[in-house]
Amino acid sequence: MSGVRVLIGTRKGAFVASADGARKAWNIDGPFFGGWEIYHVTGSPVDPDRLFASQSTGWFGQIIQRSDDAGRTWNPVGNDFRYEGVPGTHQWYDGTPHPWEFARVWHLEPSHTDPDTVYAGVEDAALFRSTDAGMNWNELAALREHGTGSSWQPGAGGLCLHTIVLDPLDAQRMWVAISAAGVFRTSDGGASWTATNKGLVSEGIPDPDAEVGHCVHRLAMHPTRPNVLFMQKHWDVMRTDDGGDSWREISGNLPTDFGFAIDVHAHEPETIYVVPIKSDSEHFPPDGKLRVYRSRTGGDEWEALTRGLPQENCYVNVLRDAMAVDTLDDCGIYFGTTGGQVYASADGGDSWDTIVRDLPAVLSVEVQTLS
Amino acid sequence: MIRVGLPAHLRTLAGVEGEVEVDLDGVVSIGAILDDLESRFGPLRGTMRDRVTGKRRPFVRFFAGEDDVSHDPFDAPLPEAVARGRERFTVVGAMAGG
Repeated sequence: MSGVRVLIGTRKGAFVASADGARKAWNIDGPFFGGWEIYHVTGSPVDPDRLFASQSTGWFGQIIQRSDDAGRTWNPVGNDFRYEGVPGTHQWYDGTPHPWEFARVWHLEPSHTDPDTVYAGVEDAALFRSTDAGMNWNELAALREHGTGSSWQPGAGGLCLHTIVLDPLDAQRMWVAISAAGVFRTSDGGASWTATNKGLVSEGIPDPDAEVGHCVHRLAMHPTRPNVLFMQKHWDVMRTDDGGDSWREISGNLPTDFGFAIDVHAHEPETIYVVPIKSDSEHFPPDGKLRVYRSRTGGDEWEALTRGLPQENCYVNVLRDAMAVDTLDDCGIYFGTTGGQVYASADGGDSWDTIVRDLPAVLSVEVQTLS
Repeated sequence: MIRVGLPAHLRTLAGVEGEVEVDLDGVVSIGAILDDLESRFGPLRGTMRDRVTGKRRPFVRFFAGEDDVSHDPFDAPLPEAVARGRERFTVVGAMAGG
């Protein structure tokens, strides 16, 4: 029988929600790692029993946890994230040089083909890879050593590499996104990188051809179309049809084009989802109404999805890693809020139910589709 | 025999309950105690001192008995009362809200 497992990272621990294919009755396990910030929990597409979690605190630093039994038991694995060579400097908020310093792992991206290979996006921005299931980590240093690296500047959340998109059809190709540097693509497994930010326009960057400096919040791809990427930028929702060589805006009729999360329907590559958020400082939904917006046209034309979501007095945020989709026939959409709610739709967004309502602030949501 | 007190999160990571006992040959210092703990309990590496610089993590404090020795050099001898186990060496996560 089919089912889903929703992996939830929060400010104070991890939780696992599971349900059968109907996605109506949920069982919640956790907290795991209570008291620790869990920036991301995710599972291997190759071996769904293998999970990875990024666990950190300001007191005791970074831990990586791995489960080989679908989250029933966990063991700490490697936490030595050491930059290659002498890492040099990037720009600080005031424009002065600042040494590269490891702070935490924001995102873990397991390989599509090898259960022992997993990538880690970290702050200060760099990409690491483990080929032994998280025991040892090596930096793919060519990214940080990209000619623009010394000019990268942190966003409000730090200089973080928060998004890793692997090309399911070409193991050598991937994209990463860094706040606030932009998108970078490799076509040779990380040996070299190209900044792919043409077409992005950002307030505060007067040069429309600036190679880097854009605060990209999140990328999403449908696995059958790796040349089409969707982006939620600090402001603007964008898409590329040529693997990042050029981007165009698709914000259309959104009530605000600021936001963090973006995702693609599992079976409809032109159906995408965002959660518009009021900014620059509020970071809650406009008018106190929590609305997911769906475009069935690959952008530009958006409809508000509200059934089952609070439409008054709602002032939560939905963070960049806190939206996911399952691959059941009726595609399920999931997202978590900084108010501790996790919502699920079992009908592509037409209606929503609450999986769990009172967790700590949700940092990440991933879903595994189980057969 | 040195008695070491760890905060709850580190006891969980190390898989221990209560105090940890450390036996050392030679000078009993903060660095020697941390070396021993990290060699016996791998997940503690990087949690008390930075893996690259070796410096104490900013929100971690060390106490010898009731004395805060957080700023002492890692190779400085600790008091004999700690070295002989009459007083405890304690690792503390600094107080913070949230």
